[in-house]
Amino acid sequence: MIKLRDIHKAYKTEFTSLQVLKGIDLDIQEGEFASIMGSSGSGKSTLLNILGILDEYDSGEYHLAGQLMKDLSEKQAAYYRNQFIGFVFQSFNLLNFKTAVENVSLPLYYRKVDRKLRHEKAMHYLEMVGLKDWAGHLPTQLSGGQQQRVAIARSMVTEPKVLLADEPTGALDTKTSHEVMGLFQKINEQGKTVLIVTHEQDIAKVTERIIEIQDGVILTPQQV
Amino acid sequence: MFDRDTWQEIFASLEKHKLRTALTALGVFWGIFMLIFMLGMGSGLRNAIFRDFGNHAKNVMYVWSSGTSLPYQGFQPGRTPRLNMEDVDYLLENVEGVDYIAPRTTVPGNITKGEIVESYEIRGELADMIKVEGFRVYKGRYIHPSDVAESRKVIVIGKRVAEVLFGAGNWEAAIGQSLTANGVEFKVVGVFGPERIKPWTESDLEATVIPLTTMHRSFGTGGRIHYFALSALPNYKVSDIENKVNSILKSRHHVAPNDPRGIGGFNLEEQFDRINGLFNGIGLFLWIVGIGTLIAGVVGVSNIMIITVKERTKEIGIRKAIGATPGMIIRSILTESVFITLISGYLGLLAGVVVIGGIDVVMEWIEVDVDMFYNPQVSFQVAIGALLILVVSGTLAGLIPALMAARVNPVVALKDE
Repeated sequence: MIKLRDIHKAYKTEFTSLQVLKGIDLDIQEGEFASIMGSSGSGKSTLLNILGILDEYDSGEYHLAGQLMKDLSEKQAAYYRNQFIGFVFQSFNLLNFKTAVENVSLPLYYRKVDRKLRHEKAMHYLEMVGLKDWAGHLPTQLSGGQQQRVAIARSMVTEPKVLLADEPTGALDTKTSHEVMGLFQKINEQGKTVLIVTHEQDIAKVTERIIEIQDGVILTPQQV
Repeated sequence: MFDRDTWQEIFASLEKHKLRTALTALGVFWGIFMLIFMLGMGSGLRNAIFRDFGNHAKNVMYVWSSGTSLPYQGFQPGRTPRLNMEDVDYLLENVEGVDYIAPRTTVPGNITKGEIVESYEIRGELADMIKVEGFRVYKGRYIHPSDVAESRKVIVIGKRVAEVLFGAGNWEAAIGQSLTANGVEFKVVGVFGPERIKPWTESDLEATVIPLTTMHRSFGTGGRIHYFALSALPNYKVSDIENKVNSILKSRHHVAPNDPRGIGGFNLEEQFDRINGLFNGIGLFLWIVGIGTLIAGVVGVSNIMIITVKERTKEIGIRKAIGATPGMIIRSILTESVFITLISGYLGLLAGVVVIGGIDVVMEWIEVDVDMFYNPQVSFQVAIGALLILVVSGTLAGLIPALMAARVNPVVALKDE
């Protein structure tokens, strides 16, 4: 599903060049449930941005679902993001002036799906995360855990090939964190590839495979 | 562009910042209001000026004679040539593009009706003078060509003359009556006056008109005419004919070709064109000022949209992350900008038209008659033009903010903290 070959990435300013990724090789099969672990500054967020086609890389090759993701135009990048990838963020990133169901259906709007079908699908995924009765609420009327579940429903609504989560439990308490992780587990059991970036050991332990990253290289590409 | 979600988002975004939206809209509102208002007032000014021209023929020149200033062909300077009916006939035959020539000779007159004797000027005219001057006939008729041909003893009198001779409330009874002018008996066939009574047209109320042929025969004026008005055919410009008429008359009356005096003329078309040009200039000026005001409003919209985009950086980042293309982002910002401009501009347009229309209605209602202002109006073309300007300016106002929004980098926008 995901194939990275010798990915390099540096952040350049006028005077300095900060090498963040120093040759990443990584394979993730379809249906895997993996986590990327590392301390801050290790390059894990940069790696996730590259995987999510939000950022470009300097050299190497990135294949997603058999297609090379390189030198894409903004429009192509938007298309692949919409088709292949579902994002879950630490701070949920819901639109505050839209209700839960409107938030969930937004990616389908950009896919030009008919309004009625959009609503149906959004309701279906809200039901999956157990928030069907909260569909008409605004994000500010929901708890953190509920907001994150709405965000997960939003990431699932396009039926993406890969679910990418960036510190999805970072803003949640322990109990809610475990509920959210349980949800990811359930999604994975339905056959979806799930990749979680975290720095918390017990969160990473829930996943089937831990990829440790330090100073821009992968330490132990091992099966757990 | 026109689906429900786009509008929902626009309204949500506008509603979040009601005051800001209202102030922005006010700028555009004011701009278009001023544009419409000024153009309307300009048209009021123009209509008032052109009203004074009335039905007066515009493609007309007046020609008269005056004392010469150069000796020529043995004549001493200071001689005043005498225009006559032969000149008129000659000009009609030899100058191309002349519609008609309306001569006038004026003699002082004593008008007698029974016991009443009054002095009024007596004008000798052909039938066409009424077309040039645009007189109003209150009752009866003006001089007919047949009156001229048969030298009939008929007279058309000014309204005030009729009131004096026949009684103020009884002036209509003048038609068909006879009166004596300079000892000759005439039959009254009409009562006339100027179209709009002004200090400089009042003399028409106190004048009497008889056929020029009758005048020459009865009063011994011997074919003489004092001045004449010459009207050009619609597809000729009187200013083109003017020189030819001048040189023909100069040679017929032995006036030196280079004498600035001798044959005098006044070209109404030139005056008309000058005033017309003046108002076109004023109109252009009003457009420039109005559009300038509008631009100030549009810059306001653009400014606010830039702030909006800055504030919404994170939201735009989210949208991009879940699959919005730059084109979609640009479109939504542009729609919002055009929407604000169009709505507020339309209201401004409406307000401008209502105020201008209101002024017109009120002026007519309380019968205000101002010399310099009459019937202000906003033409349909101006309104359509203003709307077009609004759409274009709204798009321009949104362009820079929209491009800024399209350049938002989701990685940076979504960075926590």
